[in-house]
Amino acid sequence: MLEMFKRAPQGPLDYSRRLWLRFFAAAIFVLLYLPIFTLVIFSFNDSKRNVVWRGFTTKYYEKAWNNDSLIEAFVNSITIAVASTIVSTILGAMIAILLWRFRFPFKAAYEGFMALPIVIPEICMGVAMLAFFSRVTGYPTGWMWPFNLSAITAAHIAFTFPFVAIVIRARMAGFNRELEEASKDLGANEWQTFWNVIFPYMRPGVVAGALLAFTLSLDDFVITFFTSGPDTLTFPVKVYSMVRFSVTPEVNAASTILVIITVVLTLIAMRLQAPDKTEVA
Amino acid sequence: MIPGTAWLVLFFLAPLAIIWAISFGENTSLVKTEITGTLDNYWRALSDVVYLKIIWKSLWISLLSTALCLAIAYPISFLISFAKDKWKPLLLMIVILPFWINLLIRTYALIAVFRTRGFANFGLEWIYNTLQLDHLFGAFEPLPLLYNNFAVIAGLVYVFMPFMVLPLYASIERLDKSYLEASLDLGASQSRTFWSVTVPLTMPGIVSGLILVFIPMLGSFLTPDLLGGTNAQMIGNVIERQFKAANDWPFGAALSFLLMYVTFGALAIRSVLSGRKSGMEV
Amino acid sequence: MSEPIISIRNVNKEFPGVMAVDNASFDIEANEFFALLGPSGCGKTTLLRMIAGFETPTSGEIIIDGQDISHVPANQRPVNMVFQSYAVFPHMSVIDNVGYGLKVTGVPANEISTRASEALERVKLGNLANRKPDQLSGGQRQRVALARALVKRPKVLLLDEPLSALDAKLREQMQLELAHLQEDVGITFIIVTHDQDEALSMADRIAVMHEGRVDQIAAPDVLYEQPHNRFVADFIGKVNLFEGTVTGARGKTVSIDTAGLGKVQVPHAEAADGSVSLAVRPEKVRISKTAPRSKSVMGTKGRIADWAYYGDVSHMFVETEKGLRIGVIIQNETRKTVDAMDVGDIVHVYWSPEDTLLLNS
Repeated sequence: MLEMFKRAPQGPLDYSRRLWLRFFAAAIFVLLYLPIFTLVIFSFNDSKRNVVWRGFTTKYYEKAWNNDSLIEAFVNSITIAVASTIVSTILGAMIAILLWRFRFPFKAAYEGFMALPIVIPEICMGVAMLAFFSRVTGYPTGWMWPFNLSAITAAHIAFTFPFVAIVIRARMAGFNRELEEASKDLGANEWQTFWNVIFPYMRPGVVAGALLAFTLSLDDFVITFFTSGPDTLTFPVKVYSMVRFSVTPEVNAASTILVIITVVLTLIAMRLQAPDKTEVA
Repeated sequence: MIPGTAWLVLFFLAPLAIIWAISFGENTSLVKTEITGTLDNYWRALSDVVYLKIIWKSLWISLLSTALCLAIAYPISFLISFAKDKWKPLLLMIVILPFWINLLIRTYALIAVFRTRGFANFGLEWIYNTLQLDHLFGAFEPLPLLYNNFAVIAGLVYVFMPFMVLPLYASIERLDKSYLEASLDLGASQSRTFWSVTVPLTMPGIVSGLILVFIPMLGSFLTPDLLGGTNAQMIGNVIERQFKAANDWPFGAALSFLLMYVTFGALAIRSVLSGRKSGMEV
Repeated sequence: MSEPIISIRNVNKEFPGVMAVDNASFDIEANEFFALLGPSGCGKTTLLRMIAGFETPTSGEIIIDGQDISHVPANQRPVNMVFQSYAVFPHMSVIDNVGYGLKVTGVPANEISTRASEALERVKLGNLANRKPDQLSGGQRQRVALARALVKRPKVLLLDEPLSALDAKLREQMQLELAHLQEDVGITFIIVTHDQDEALSMADRIAVMHEGRVDQIAAPDVLYEQPHNRFVADFIGKVNLFEGTVTGARGKTVSIDTAGLGKVQVPHAEAADGSVSLAVRPEKVRISKTAPRSKSVMGTKGRIADWAYYGDVSHMFVETEKGLRIGVIIQNETRKTVDAMDVGDIVHVYWSPEDTLLLNS
């Protein structure tokens, strides 16, 4: 029995077994998740003032479901996310292949330009979009659904596809160029080599990049907030306006749904980006 | 190449260029702005005490929050990179996952924690009453945790801390652990080893993390908007107000370009600092 | 003599700032096991990659089986390659890897499966056809790479450092297997290696490359016994080198004045002039405490400075008064040979002039 509790003595570099470090990390992990967990748990709380638990209910989910404008905002956000994911995955993959494959003058400057949407403050990009769509192109108001969402979608593509490019580019950095040469050596042409050898290797990066683009688009508040025209409603903007008034279980319920979607997608993306076991060192 | 570049030029560079142009303009009517080449907007931002105070406050709040992020993230990154290999991905995931949850939702979750009748005060009251302090000092007074600078700083740290872990973890992970063994072997204490070997060798990661976190904090809008009171506003909120309520686009544009210049400056510092360490790049 | 299978004619390859391959010209015969040997950066891999079609010569021609293939793309050349990393496609099973080259060139499915299985049998992997590469050992992956190239029935098989990733035991075994396989399939093999043992044990002929140039092409024994220059002598095997100046020649004997050995006479077929190097292999040097009886030997006296014992042989270094350091390898035939001498002893080292090579510096 005692064997179970016997542990090897700590080495000088066994920092991960220092008790105070473990307590510290555990406390931080709890603090990181506590607010989100309470949000999720109290979305099932049968009370409007959600500090005290008054019993389990799903009525706020029903209420959220029956809130037409909330549902409309949700559908809009999903539509924007799907559309921008498709476009930004294609654009991002093309850029990634270009950066992986070719050398050209000012390549470093070009890469820096591609990274700009990632690094500049969101608020700057947000107000730029506001100015662009309201003063230059005009909002696609009055266009048929889903085309009335095209302004937000275009903005989302602009800030998501550089992320996709980075993810795919990082994946391709591990590609053994001899695989490509082997394929050609065995008689395959460029096209066959791309689809039979390069793309299968690239695929996890493409999927991870697409999931990333989807979550980024779904999560974005600031840019969407500024890009939404007078009457396009998106989920974060709707939640924002609800939150400004009060904390209600209905918002908790809607948020919980979004949290679950993002967490699942993120977990899948992380799995795909994990080091590939099929690779030969 | 062409489609991606064209997209960025049209939907990113062009909008920024418009804002840049507007920052040198004047409002002529409610919906018209004339580009006159004036520098008044920049002058106003850098001379009016009201805005100087906000810029100053944005800077110190961001700097303090960044420092707090480092203080929390470094031990965490350290622990993860010294953990057993099979635990690393899980621990990293635990830290990173909140970062992917909607910023708005995370901030909203904090409101529920911090407000007068929120979980934090509720918990404090419970402790207060359990210790029977109410007999000594009277009934529990809820602490004002929300709508002040404290809430903004706590919110920024909460929101951006995971982002700090990534570069720190990468550089600690890359650190050859035999340097630490060598230092201990040569007679240095654990803390001496930490300050003289670990910190200098992971400095590129520290600098990267500080700057990657500082930039979005300085430009943050949502966190001070929801958690801060009327006097806990940051530069992002002022920019938003110029473009929405106040309808003074030229001034808002000038402010956002000032923010961009600070961003570029910070990025330049980062590339200089990381470029110099080409021997041990991170 | 039959037509060569490969003719390299005045091939140059210039990379920015370096001449990777400098005017290479030689032929490789059909069914030959040919090795390109040299230190890293000597251009051997570049030359191989030009034959495969992954690099284009700056000038010159490469002719395979009578056809100038300089402008034929890699995927249409009648050669196949075993890559240094093996480059076995990680997402395909073993059998799909082997069949890949047939599939992409439109060979019918039933023929692919028979030929791929045959090729796998040949490399003794018939039982692992459905495995994924990550379930194979390094040696097995190399066999897959071999089968995958051989199934295409190339006119020439190119091997880029094929054994460098294997451990010492397996490498020795694969050296033999590759040599047998080559006899078995009757295809010309060109192997690139930096390991002289590998080249000496497997190849029919070896081209020694050095700074982009082909220094010497010869059979292994010729390379060892009659190296053309200092580099080849030094690169292949161990060698003692002595600098000297030619003072005269009579018939087939050349007189040389050396700093360390004094005036010596060595046989040499060709005319020699100016400053030269004398080379002698350490295993050809005799060592004893007593002076040699024969007057026809050459050598000097010195002190044993270092002694490394390897079981079957011992490596000794003898330092002379003139500052020479002469390596000697002796067979440890009996305990006596080992016990008779010790570090610090004054000994005579000597060898026959016939074992001395005269190399132009």
